[in-house]
Amino acid sequence: MNRPALLLALLLVPLAGASLGVGVASLSGDGLVFWVSRLPRTLAVMLTGAALAVAGVVMQQLVRNRFVEPGTTGTGEAAALGLLTVTLIAPGAALWVKMLAATAAGLLGTAAFLALIRRLPPQEVLLVPIAGLVWSGVLGAMVLHIGWQTDLLQLVGIWLMTGEFSGVIAGRYELLWLAGLAAALAIFAADRFAILGLGDGVARGLGLNPRSVMRLGMVVVALVTALVMATVGMVPFIGLVVPNIVSRVMGDNLRASLPVTALGGAALLLACDILGRLVIHPYEIPVSAVLGVCGSALFLWLLWRAPRHG
Amino acid sequence: MIKVTDLSHRIGPAPILSDVSLSLPAGKITALIGPNGAGKSTLLSLIARLTPLQHGQITVAGLDVARTPSAALAKVMAILPQNASVHSRLRVRDLVAFGRWPHHQGRPGPEDRAMVAAAITRMGLDALADRFLDALSGGQRQRAHLAMAFAQGTEWLLLDEPLAALDMAHARRLMQELAALRDAGKSVVLVLHEVNYAAAWADHVVAMQNGRIVAEGPPAEVFTPAVLEPLYDMPLRVETYAGRPLVLNHL
Ligand SMILES: Nc1ncnc2c1ncn2[C@@H]1O[C@H](COP(=O)(O)OP(=O)(O)OP(=O)(O)O)[C@@H](O)[C@H]1O
Ligand SMILES: [Mg+2]
Repeated sequence: MNRPALLLALLLVPLAGASLGVGVASLSGDGLVFWVSRLPRTLAVMLTGAALAVAGVVMQQLVRNRFVEPGTTGTGEAAALGLLTVTLIAPGAALWVKMLAATAAGLLGTAAFLALIRRLPPQEVLLVPIAGLVWSGVLGAMVLHIGWQTDLLQLVGIWLMTGEFSGVIAGRYELLWLAGLAAALAIFAADRFAILGLGDGVARGLGLNPRSVMRLGMVVVALVTALVMATVGMVPFIGLVVPNIVSRVMGDNLRASLPVTALGGAALLLACDILGRLVIHPYEIPVSAVLGVCGSALFLWLLWRAPRHG
Repeated sequence: MIKVTDLSHRIGPAPILSDVSLSLPAGKITALIGPNGAGKSTLLSLIARLTPLQHGQITVAGLDVARTPSAALAKVMAILPQNASVHSRLRVRDLVAFGRWPHHQGRPGPEDRAMVAAAITRMGLDALADRFLDALSGGQRQRAHLAMAFAQGTEWLLLDEPLAALDMAHARRLMQELAALRDAGKSVVLVLHEVNYAAAWADHVVAMQNGRIVAEGPPAEVFTPAVLEPLYDMPLRVETYAGRPLVLNHL
């Protein structure tokens, strides 16, 4: 384990401890609150943060641009579209069917985005994120329109706008383990994504098929996004801010940096979630709102710094 | 040996290579020369299976590049593309280490680490090994990419304009390293614009123009006014120095 990873792991321990301790209900003697609410919530937050941060890195390697994440490239909106469609066509469908539909739609949305940006000049680094915002805006408008027409706007709002963890209890978050598994798969394949980031030519020269690495990356991104979106709602900025900070400090040797990114994502989201529980105690601010403030500030700072540091 | 048979390549309607057949000898340094747009890079990237083959056949050390799995070819040949540029924030050592990837698939052993260290030393990058690529000069970055190709440790080394960004000391050092590799039994193919480097160091020269091979042979046969003047469409003189042709193209 490298030093940044160790430091973050040590930071996660008190954060997790705080998260287990903070809440409106006091921990009862039988441990019910702990096992049913606190522990699941803490695990859900850490899994979500880690998986989103890793998915952010993967997305950035796929498009070779630092300023994107699955939430700004239409993956989330596409997954929501898939989930909405299956909810309308087959309201009683099993959970795994819904997840499959959301993931497949997220995959399609990501593939369409990758096809869309292929012709953009690579030196114009801001065109890709702008194209992503337009694409996710288009898909998001479709989702909203359908949601409005079918009276499902509230559901759509939860998926796309307000990622938060106050509703997490045992039995309602376990799909996030699957998102964590997808992130672990990406960490396992870290070298492939790093090589893909060096360019198609280099990847081919080293005997890798860029297309198959891309497909793997798209599956990871779509899976993580769809599962997080459907379980707790989209959480912005984690996939953007954490990878950028880690890359600035450690570089893009993903074998070393991807575990750090995962831990960093878990730590940042956990800190924001605890903050959201504390500021207007005994009420809560959704973690996505806390992140919206912290994350956008961090992102602007990164954008502003970027040109000088290449 | 690299064997190219009836190779043709088009981009859209434009013919880029027409009926190229050629063999490049193993255990030698082969220089590919010709004016801008002659098709040198296209030929090299077809040999290195970076561009899909349209028509014709290419074998490298007996392996058909269209059929052999890419991962197997990566253990036989390494390619340095023209203008290799990388947007990732990598340290020199990390980039060079990726050259070993075809051999270990993510689990480098002591031998891999030794090859990486040797390649870094070969390219004079020891002092820069822990720097990020985006904090290097153009020539230093070029040397990092060369070191990556060296680290791959393949029988064949394909280099597209490796001298382009190098100063004359590093250019000569690179040619010396390539000669040492050749003497150790490896084979090198490189695209060169500096004809005198080709004249001094190459064992075999291939001259291309408009997507065709126009001359092929040892330097003494190719570097003559009769071949070079129509090739580059300019008058020039060729002298002999230390038993090798010396082209006076800059006067
Ligand atoms: N994408 C493309 N579309 C159309 N024509 C192309 C494309 N890429 C290359 N060409 C043409 O193919 C021809 C051969 O290009 P190639 O890069 O192989 O030349 P080269 O011999 O390596 O030249 P240089 O010495 O300048 O590197 C050129 O005439 C070039 O204009
Ligand atoms: Mg060229």
